[in-house]
Amino acid sequence: MRLTLKVWRQSGPDDAGRLVTYQVDDASEDMSFLELIDVLNERLILDGEEPVAFDHDCREGICGACSMVINGEPHGPQKATTTCQLHLRHFRDGETITVEPFRAGAFPVVRDLVVDRSAFDRVIAAGGYITAPTGTAPEAHSVPVPKPQADRAFAAATCIGCGACVAACPNGSASLFLGAKITHLGELPQGQPERYSRVLSMVEQHDAEGFGGCTNTGECAVACPKEIPLDVISQLNRDYLAAKTSKRKAGAAPAKS
Amino acid sequence: MVTLGQRATKPTARVRVTSLQLKLIMAVSGAILIAFLIVHMLGNLKLFFGATAIDEYSAWLRTAGEPAVPAGTLLWVTRIVLLAAVIGHIWSAAVLTGRAHRARPVRYVHRRPVNGSYAARTMRWGGVIIALFVIYHLLDLTTGTLNPHGVHGEVAANLIADFAPERWYVTLFYALAVIALAFHVRHGVWSALQTIGRSSAATQATLKGVALVFAVLLAVGFLSVPFAVMTGLVS
Repeated sequence: MRLTLKVWRQSGPDDAGRLVTYQVDDASEDMSFLELIDVLNERLILDGEEPVAFDHDCREGICGACSMVINGEPHGPQKATTTCQLHLRHFRDGETITVEPFRAGAFPVVRDLVVDRSAFDRVIAAGGYITAPTGTAPEAHSVPVPKPQADRAFAAATCIGCGACVAACPNGSASLFLGAKITHLGELPQGQPERYSRVLSMVEQHDAEGFGGCTNTGECAVACPKEIPLDVISQLNRDYLAAKTSKRKAGAAPAKS
Repeated sequence: MVTLGQRATKPTARVRVTSLQLKLIMAVSGAILIAFLIVHMLGNLKLFFGATAIDEYSAWLRTAGEPAVPAGTLLWVTRIVLLAAVIGHIWSAAVLTGRAHRARPVRYVHRRPVNGSYAARTMRWGGVIIALFVIYHLLDLTTGTLNPHGVHGEVAANLIADFAPERWYVTLFYALAVIALAFHVRHGVWSALQTIGRSSAATQATLKGVALVFAVLLAVGFLSVPFAVMTGLVS
């Protein structure tokens, strides 16, 4: 396969950045998109040029490290697929492909296609966990979870925190990510004690990070490689409203580390 | 080289009003405005019951509540509530728009929308068009300043003069504004239900359908009056 790549090159956070065109003549349709960049990088290194920096880790679609906006879509055109699992057979021979980093004020570009997504870590640190004494795992049958709740919690828990929802959102909002965490923990009995204090502090951190507000366009749910449904945002809103209108539910201020 | 460790670990900016709170203001003020639109549309349809029906109805709007409260009280309370809703709606929309722009300081070179409806994408500019229309509409049919007849209390005569066939451009402008409003309401109703947390995976499609049907009914109701006048159905 012959492919023309227009790749965003940016030497550092303060560089303006630009699209640079590269030709890859020896691409195979069985390659993943990341392997295509690998092939390009090998050539760039041999030619004495700087290779394209990009994030990747597991390359099996579960870690959430890979990013890239390919032809205007986060993780590319294939539904429910991360960039590492996207194969070149989904592109035409001779096609020109534009590759950009995830763009958001809260995700500053570190270099080329690598963005700093620690804003997500801080949103999680604000309350996206269950405070529990560590030790051996408790007996699973001691806390029964009804099947529908377990299913919904699991569906939300498939969020890998890649940030594609933010990249796709016209408002740069992380509402789908936030909704996934709120739904995942809020559906389970273990998440109940901190359910309402969690939503308050996570929403506050989300806004403080500079993510925008949701306009319910649904772009995020289409871009999501894990197909997190849009109704988790409704769940987020419902829990937030409940926490705001009930002092008892909001409870004491969440513990700050 | 800049390393990640050199960055501020916690953003210093504290948000006074969260985006979710602003969205709730949008939803509640939008609901007030929609309630008004329903009453307004039903009131307009009185024209089909004759000129006296709509003139009497408009006179009643000023005396409603009498003798419990002086004439005009209910009218002015409504106007104040509506004004507050409009201000709240526009203010929160402006703040949210500003935040959305700051949330994506560098735009994509290549990005096309893949999902959001036309209605969803035109909420902001559609809202501006509706606001400009409302100003014209008040000058036309409330104060009568821009109305060719413009006599206070003669509602039917004002309408008939306004939408006369030779003033087709006025009718066209009204039609475009009402269609813009219908788009705004279609996404707005669904979005508001989502904002107050009343949408779920099971009800999502139904709620979107309800919003669409409601928007179409509202548009048909509002458009029926100018078109009836222009085509001579009411004279």
